[in-house]
Amino acid sequence: MRLPVYLDYSATTPVDPRVAGKMIPYLTEFFGNAASRSHAFGWKAEEAVEEARGHVAALINADPKEIVWTSGATEGNNLAIKGAANFYKTKGKHIITQKTEHKAVLDTCRELERHGFEVTYLEVDSNGLVSLEKLKAALRPDTILVSIMMVNNEIGVVQPVWEIGELCRAKGIIFHCDAVQGGGRIEIDVQKFKVDLLTLTAHKMYGPKGIGALYVRRKPRVRIEAQIHGGGHERGFRSGTLATHQIVGFGEAARLAKAEMASENVRIRALRDRLFKGIRGIEEAYVNGDLEKRIPHNLNVSFNFVEGESLIMAVKDLAVSSGSACTSASLEPSYVLRALGRSDELAHSSIRFTLGRFTTEEEIDFTIDLIKRKVEKLRDLSPLWEMHKEGIDLSTVQWAAH
Amino acid sequence: MAYSDKVIDHYENPRNVGSFDKSDDAVGTGMVGAPACGDVMKLQIKVGADGRIEDARFKTYGCGSAIASSSLVTEWVKGKTLEQATTIKNTQIAHELSLPPVKIHCSILAEDAIKAAVADYRKKHGENVEEKKKVA
Repeated sequence: MRLPVYLDYSATTPVDPRVAGKMIPYLTEFFGNAASRSHAFGWKAEEAVEEARGHVAALINADPKEIVWTSGATEGNNLAIKGAANFYKTKGKHIITQKTEHKAVLDTCRELERHGFEVTYLEVDSNGLVSLEKLKAALRPDTILVSIMMVNNEIGVVQPVWEIGELCRAKGIIFHCDAVQGGGRIEIDVQKFKVDLLTLTAHKMYGPKGIGALYVRRKPRVRIEAQIHGGGHERGFRSGTLATHQIVGFGEAARLAKAEMASENVRIRALRDRLFKGIRGIEEAYVNGDLEKRIPHNLNVSFNFVEGESLIMAVKDLAVSSGSACTSASLEPSYVLRALGRSDELAHSSIRFTLGRFTTEEEIDFTIDLIKRKVEKLRDLSPLWEMHKEGIDLSTVQWAAH
Repeated sequence: MAYSDKVIDHYENPRNVGSFDKSDDAVGTGMVGAPACGDVMKLQIKVGADGRIEDARFKTYGCGSAIASSSLVTEWVKGKTLEQATTIKNTQIAHELSLPPVKIHCSILAEDAIKAAVADYRKKHGENVEEKKKVA
């Protein structure tokens, strides 16, 4: 077993060796510009790009013409949200999203607010899910766009995006879904799923970083305004020379995901459940987010009375992430956990374990043992744990804040 | 983020972890910080008949730098008089542990913890803390 154990697959995944193998010839041998129409180098690159487009389209059961290459999820979300908002702004200037979206969505919405749009940020319930009722109540005659993620990156919960799609379609509102954490992990079929714009990225599904895709529905046709100009590539949606090797990698990653997702999810779910069983016995450990409506890859746990950063330091043989952003100067705990209504202590004490294709049972057992020992060690150090054991309700304590 | 070797040493082998009986007359207890801020330090001193701090204990909820800062000050206060202990400055702690700017608050908290423990001890012994400050 190699240390540290990588359990941060929601941050990024390694490139599958099969994917890397497909990419390499497009760096050295078939290096042509896909936009070169006058020679075989260009034709070869274009052929590879279109084959990959077919694989990414197939992953979500879309038409290849509905796939627009981007540099990744952040660009995809920017293009979808700014592109749709700007195109449809004469119809209205109201946008709805929710508080636990990725910053690529939240910051984009904030930017639109500075340009005269009005944005409603829906609260989530304590299980991390958006309620359809709250969404319905927030809809207005001038609402032009709803943007709700498929899977939350921190807590792995699956939002009711299929129902939201139905609702938006019935009202004639554009629906964008950031499916970055769902792509390759959840079956997506845009023939059934009434989504208009859907963001994907390669590096969360064993493809390379720096390449993503935006699905733009053609039937019924959805319009967006381009955000990057210069040459009119990608049918004018996104100019710029195509990164052939990256695209080939994304295509192969999507093809493998489609072929292996079902069996892979069974295996990963068994490992996640093993991890959950192993650490649920720890006192005062709480799972963040709904356990049922959740991808099998994610377990986010708060260990009460243990501070997140010190726990991360204690488990340096694990590559995991903490919900606490204590390393930044802000000392703010995770905004996602705060949105769930978690107390500050719990929000500061969370660890996100995300499993993937190369996670093994041995690694999970190692993780369980390490977490148990280190949580105990840090609790022996924790004055809060001592107070808890003495029966003191910490919420009643007057803290000398600094 | 990268921690200095001294922070890692204190974090992995914390000195003087534990608690004294809070009600013991010879013990002063300081509890500073707040869970909302991500760190809480409890520092206790045991004062001998000669007025010197003969022992110290700590428990800290917080990041590695917070744990290291409190561990370090339990070593530093031993053998000092109350007056001397309260002259320990956060800058000395930060310097000793090579804390980066974002972790300076940990050293401030450790300094505050010493002051709070000393104040608690003095209160128990009926000393007027405010007057003491003026004299100092």
